[in-house]
Amino acid sequence: MDVIPKWADALLIPLISILIAFAISAGVIVAIGEDPVAALNTMVTGALGSSYGWGYTLYYATNFIFTGLAVAVAFHARMFNIGGEGQAMLGGVGVALVCLFIPFPHWILALPVALIGGALFGAAWAAIPAYLQAKRGSHIVITTIMFNFIAGSLLVFLLVEVLKPAGAMDPATAKFPEGTHLPTFQDMFSFGEKPAFRGAPANVTFFIALLSCFAVWLLIWRTRLGYAIRAYGHSEPAALYAGISPTKIIMIAMLISGGLSGMMAINAVMGEAERLVLNSVEGAGFIGIAVALMGRSHPLGVLLAALLFGFLYQGGAELSLWTNVPRELIVVIQALVILFTGALDNMVRMPLEKLFLLFRRKAPEAATTVAKPAE
Amino acid sequence: MDFLTFLQISDTAVRFAIPLLFACLAGLFSERAGIFDIGLEGKMLAAAFFSAAIAALTGNVWIGLLAGIGASIALSIIHGLASITFRGNQLISGVAINFLAAGLTVLIAQDWFSQGGRTPSLSDFGPNARFTKIELPFAIGPTEAEAAGQPLSILIKEATWFQQIYSELISGHSILVYVGFLMVPLTWYVLFRTRFGLRLRAVGENPAAVDTAGVSVVGLRYAAVAICGILCGMAGAYLATGLQAGFVKDMSSGRGFIALAALIFAKWRPWYALWACLLFGFLQAMALRPDAVERLVQIDIPGQLLDALPYILTVVILAGFVGKAIPPRAGGEPYVKER
Repeated sequence: MDVIPKWADALLIPLISILIAFAISAGVIVAIGEDPVAALNTMVTGALGSSYGWGYTLYYATNFIFTGLAVAVAFHARMFNIGGEGQAMLGGVGVALVCLFIPFPHWILALPVALIGGALFGAAWAAIPAYLQAKRGSHIVITTIMFNFIAGSLLVFLLVEVLKPAGAMDPATAKFPEGTHLPTFQDMFSFGEKPAFRGAPANVTFFIALLSCFAVWLLIWRTRLGYAIRAYGHSEPAALYAGISPTKIIMIAMLISGGLSGMMAINAVMGEAERLVLNSVEGAGFIGIAVALMGRSHPLGVLLAALLFGFLYQGGAELSLWTNVPRELIVVIQALVILFTGALDNMVRMPLEKLFLLFRRKAPEAATTVAKPAE
Repeated sequence: MDFLTFLQISDTAVRFAIPLLFACLAGLFSERAGIFDIGLEGKMLAAAFFSAAIAALTGNVWIGLLAGIGASIALSIIHGLASITFRGNQLISGVAINFLAAGLTVLIAQDWFSQGGRTPSLSDFGPNARFTKIELPFAIGPTEAEAAGQPLSILIKEATWFQQIYSELISGHSILVYVGFLMVPLTWYVLFRTRFGLRLRAVGENPAAVDTAGVSVVGLRYAAVAICGILCGMAGAYLATGLQAGFVKDMSSGRGFIALAALIFAKWRPWYALWACLLFGFLQAMALRPDAVERLVQIDIPGQLLDALPYILTVVILAGFVGKAIPPRAGGEPYVKER
């Protein structure tokens, strides 16, 4: 028997958790001597007050949708994939290789190939920890953490020793050729005289991210494979009894997860920088954890959470530009969201459960007392 | 590579190994009690900041050390609340703590010192603001060099090999280094020779049995998490006030995760932890001296490979190709009494 109705579980608990996280964040802002209302104002105008701000907000949100979906898919199989950061780095390598070495006449052709390249590299980087978990029982959390660091070193090596064009100083690849240029929102939505989204990095990848949300929803709730993944996530013995192979589920879920992380590179590497630089991921792999937890691993929730974090990211950048609040405020908010929606979930849930039980017990009592006089 | 170069690299290795060792032993206490802790990194970072900040403000490094330990324990309590009291996911809690420390330290540093998220250099705050190097008796150190009127490097070069080892490798570290080495036998004794240690290990293997015996599972686990906080605090304080003179943003730079790797490498045993940390410290020290490494192995090893080696080794160990690393059985799972 569920103690809590479904709507409360899906909406009320995350909402309360996020409110607590934001209240503490406001407290932090007060503690460092700034005005939280003014800070929020700066963030809202900076992130949502202009098409330029929206362009950045949606660009960040696109990254977080991919990494959030990646963590969410793994969560459904009860795998905690902390390796999104490394998988996205490797995805960047895949995208860069495709863009640099295949001469594309038009982005329409470049996009699907780069998508496959990014996804393949990301999935390959997730495949090793997945295999070790499935076959050798190595804890996936530890191995994916280790693989983040290995990916970082590998990326430095590749950029410094292999992919850097001769004579260049900074560790980055050459600029991608013109044929791989993805249309930005400025290219797509500037009608008439005044260009919209001027200079903002949001690009066509945003729509691919939306499609991915739909695809993940389809996969998890409308296919046989998705059912198997969820079944395995709920109970391994039950899944085994039903003839579902744990090895297969772990591998497939992690490959999809790594692939989604790798696809983030389409947005960050191909869409924005148009070359591979060292820190193209910028922690988006970790924000994916917060996004997936907040979105309750549902694609729609992930989408909303990613938009919120996109807003926070862009708003935080504006805040550090205009006030004395450093960008790290976003890291604190991110930490609090992870803490309250993830680890301290029961802190909100337990009292709420008691509350609902109280109401449920009262309701039948009331019914009987009304019924009695009629007798 | 000549003998003296080897000694110099070993000396650096010892200094790099100490924060790993503190953090590794911290993780040992926590994980032996069944609480997984991937928040070592964050606790270390918080301790590094608060020890440096308070040492700068008071001019006394010991008060700084206490402040660092305090900050680390505060994060430990959050981890305890999440994973013991509210039976949340210990891994998610650890991730949150890492980010919390990464963000808050910079935020507070900016507010207190306005130097772009760092503390001012501790060398400007008098001789007591950081842990200074201790010269052991009969070792050749700066005082002997001054007395002889010759540079220290020449004096050590001319000394006997025994004196070289003593002066270069064993002498001349700050007090926390020696404390760190003492922590290894102490940890071994507490865990394997005391009643508390037996119970602590039992609670990580089979908490129901401990509960049946009438010992508080929650109390033991909180104690373990608190000890973890103290040791992480010392790791962070050593980073900011011993190894370096002040806090800079993200200064723990993955050391908490290397410590975690060392813990698995050591199969959750104190003495093995010492060797694992020394090994990883040595790898870090070698990454700083690519010239010596190149002369030693005659091929050009990219520094990035040396950086990644601790992580690669850990994955190999975890994969069970070199002996199997079996974690405490009840690790990562909250204890629920009523079933």
